[in-house]
Amino acid sequence: MQICIYPIMTYFRGVWCIMEKIIPAKERLIKSSKNRMDGELRGKILVILCAVIMISATISITIFLGTKGLQSFIKNGVSLIEFLTSTHWNPTNQANPEYGALPFIFGSFAVTFLAALIAAPLGIGAAIFMTEIAPSWGRKILQPVVELLVGIPSVVYGFIGLTVLVPFVRAHVGGLGFSLLSGMIVLSVMILPTITSIATDAMGSLPKYLREGSYALGATRWQTIRKVLIPAALPGLLTAVVLGMARAFGEALAVQMVIGNVRNLPSSILDASATLTTIITLNMGHTTYGSVENNTLWSMGLILLVMSFAFILLIRYLSSRRKL
Amino acid sequence: MSAPTLTRQVFDIRDLNLWYGDHHALKNINFPINKKEVTAIIGPSGCGKSTFIKTLNLMINMVPSVKMTGEINFNGQNILGEKMDLVELRKHVGMVFQKGNPFPQSIYDNVAYGPRVHGIKKKKHLDELVIKSLMDVALWEEVKDRLTAPALGLSGGQQQRLCIARALATKPDVLLMDEPTSALDPISTLKIEELILELKEKYTIVIVTHNMQQASRVSNKTAFFLMGELIELDSTSTIFSNPNDSRTEGYITGRFG
Ligand SMILES: Nc1ncnc2c1ncn2[C@@H]1O[C@H](COP(=O)(O)OP(=O)(O)OP(=O)(O)O)[C@@H](O)[C@H]1O
Ligand SMILES: [Mg+2]
Repeated sequence: MQICIYPIMTYFRGVWCIMEKIIPAKERLIKSSKNRMDGELRGKILVILCAVIMISATISITIFLGTKGLQSFIKNGVSLIEFLTSTHWNPTNQANPEYGALPFIFGSFAVTFLAALIAAPLGIGAAIFMTEIAPSWGRKILQPVVELLVGIPSVVYGFIGLTVLVPFVRAHVGGLGFSLLSGMIVLSVMILPTITSIATDAMGSLPKYLREGSYALGATRWQTIRKVLIPAALPGLLTAVVLGMARAFGEALAVQMVIGNVRNLPSSILDASATLTTIITLNMGHTTYGSVENNTLWSMGLILLVMSFAFILLIRYLSSRRKL
Repeated sequence: MSAPTLTRQVFDIRDLNLWYGDHHALKNINFPINKKEVTAIIGPSGCGKSTFIKTLNLMINMVPSVKMTGEINFNGQNILGEKMDLVELRKHVGMVFQKGNPFPQSIYDNVAYGPRVHGIKKKKHLDELVIKSLMDVALWEEVKDRLTAPALGLSGGQQQRLCIARALATKPDVLLMDEPTSALDPISTLKIEELILELKEKYTIVIVTHNMQQASRVSNKTAFFLMGELIELDSTSTIFSNPNDSRTEGYITGRFG
């Protein structure tokens, strides 16, 4: 036992000597550092284990989804072009099944961008209000509101959307009520807290001297916000929006309850529609594992994964631009 | 030619008291500041130098707990009186901070910032102001080929000169400098000092410094603060050779502070 851990021990002892910057008094060092080394080693193994588990979980999900998602194209011979560009989704037609997922891909993107279009100005506006206009009481009120919004489960958002928003849209705007519009409104409320809290961090972490420099030149508060603070915080603000969009893109339950879930490409914002996530959750249960339809659902899952990688890359890129 | 105005004073501070909450930070300050002179403010850390200089452009108002009494007359108008137009005041009283603090924008946009917020939009007019300001701080030759490059790519000394140029671009009468060289190397410090000597032909300058040599090199008047009080204000030569107050002498000879 002693022998096999000897190299590790000497390694740590070496590091320890450097850290302490003293000539090792051998006896004392071995004695006193032994306990500490054990704790040190245990801690190190523990955190390495955590990291390994996380990494392998990510990698195995990616591999699993990759192989499952590609099966419909490789094994079942579904055309990738058809899958990505056709608007006809008819997998249950025995004679002539069609696998065009474009309406759902379009639905996912449409609902995501539209939700961001609403939530980004609101969230960034709220962040500016909290950091610049009323840092004391504004924060005190808005912070709990934001935290509360985060905590509400998505089924509750969907339920409220279903019972309040959908009838409202039907009565006052038009259409069935189940529509892109309803989906985008529900989603924008759901991603608002994400955008607000990250945008608040971005604005709040701006150095004080930027504000001072601007005010000392005679700029007003609004000029300072618009011309100095927002440009300086821009990478952080964009990160906030992208993270919000990533969340919107992946949300299933609440959207499913209000969007109508039809297979057609919507022609207006009041049309019912469907997204990749809603189609997956609706059909995963009743399709047989290994069937072509089931495999195409996995392909949609793969698209979601690829998109989330894309969002991450975008965020990476944005935050690398932050340190000028 | 008009005769020289009767009063050469830009600022006339009368019985100024300032509190941060309960902390009495400035006590009965009476302080005239003359046109086109360099006034240096010295004193040990925490004596109220920064606090004082920040009252002159009311940057002190950014601290919520501040209370002030007395008068700060700027060109005859009491800026502590009712509803001072801060934009107008700060256009005339520029400020340079301890650490060069350019905005994360281009060199050009930094210098043009002041004029732009004061409503100047014409490209030609802005160009002129930017070039002139950069020339005034002897930075033009160094940056003329990269006006669109980010200002944060400049060296510390260049950044500080850029900030001075930025302050000059609004054409102020007074330039306040709070330890403008304390974060700089000796060469950059020397450059800024030379700059101050040139600028005093056109501007009134108030400079806070911890560096006695600097005060004696660049200033006409020197003020010594101690624990919120203005102990002595006199010509720089008098302060450094023959101060009236024993506490001033003690400080400049390094016996305390
Ligand atoms: N924002 C503030 N709130 C409360 N007290 C403050 C504030 N700023 C300064 N003070 C106090 O007022 C006194 C004067 O501070 P000031 O910054 O003017 O000193 P200074 O002479 O500039 O010192 P230094 O040479 O270290 O810059 C100090 O006792 C300081 O603690
Ligand atoms: Mg100071």
